[in-house]
Amino acid sequence: MMGIISCKESTRLVSQGLDRELAFGERVAVRLHLAICLGCRRAGSQMRFLRKAVRELAEVDLKTSL
Amino acid sequence: MPPPADFRSQIEAQRPYLLRFASLQLRDAAAAEDAVQEALLAALAGEAGFAGRANLRTWLTGILKHKIVDAIRRQAREPAMPREAEDGLEDFDALFERNGHWSELPAGWGDPDGALAQSQFFRALEMCLERLPQRTAKVFMMREHLGLETPEICKEFDITPTHCWVLLYRARMTLRECLQQTWFGK
Repeated sequence: MMGIISCKESTRLVSQGLDRELAFGERVAVRLHLAICLGCRRAGSQMRFLRKAVRELAEVDLKTSL
Repeated sequence: MPPPADFRSQIEAQRPYLLRFASLQLRDAAAAEDAVQEALLAALAGEAGFAGRANLRTWLTGILKHKIVDAIRRQAREPAMPREAEDGLEDFDALFERNGHWSELPAGWGDPDGALAQSQFFRALEMCLERLPQRTAKVFMMREHLGLETPEICKEFDITPTHCWVLLYRARMTLRECLQQTWFGK
């Protein structure tokens, strides 16, 4: 189990959550941290946004460069 | 029997898109060209595999992904692939205080989806990608652009999953910072 985690640890786990399934203890620790940390909530949604943007990268440029 | 001309021309029409798709991952015009050429040849030879599928582009992209992974494997074998400073697993000392808290709270990006309608934004994103160390960028793009799973990526680069996650984490944090500076913070 994980207890209180820092912002550094929380962002690291949020990133890994995009690549693997987090363990139960990890998920709980992240959720508790995010509930009280605006910076980490922002960083997390920005990492998810990056994924979305990169997936559109090949499509969009073609549309606009025509 | 040669494939009918209309199938061939439909496939050819997808070439610019496929080239861009391959270049984003390989960062090497000649290698991208080769991968696309191989994919198109395979597609022509395997037309039967397409029969009945809804989307030609999706089908071709699926074939191309395999050719891109082959190309990455060849690139990785070349001795020129530099083992950069990124191989160390050190963290971002500038982003966090010693106790692990943010040195500077990340700014909000409002509704970032609006940026996806602007070609300038994608140019900014590409510039940020180019600034990443080579291997970090490759691993990140294999994950987010090609959509490969971590074990597959680890295998190609002969690194541990932990190392792979560190590179992905670092890429994401660096790209966020870069986009904050070059786009969202402006």
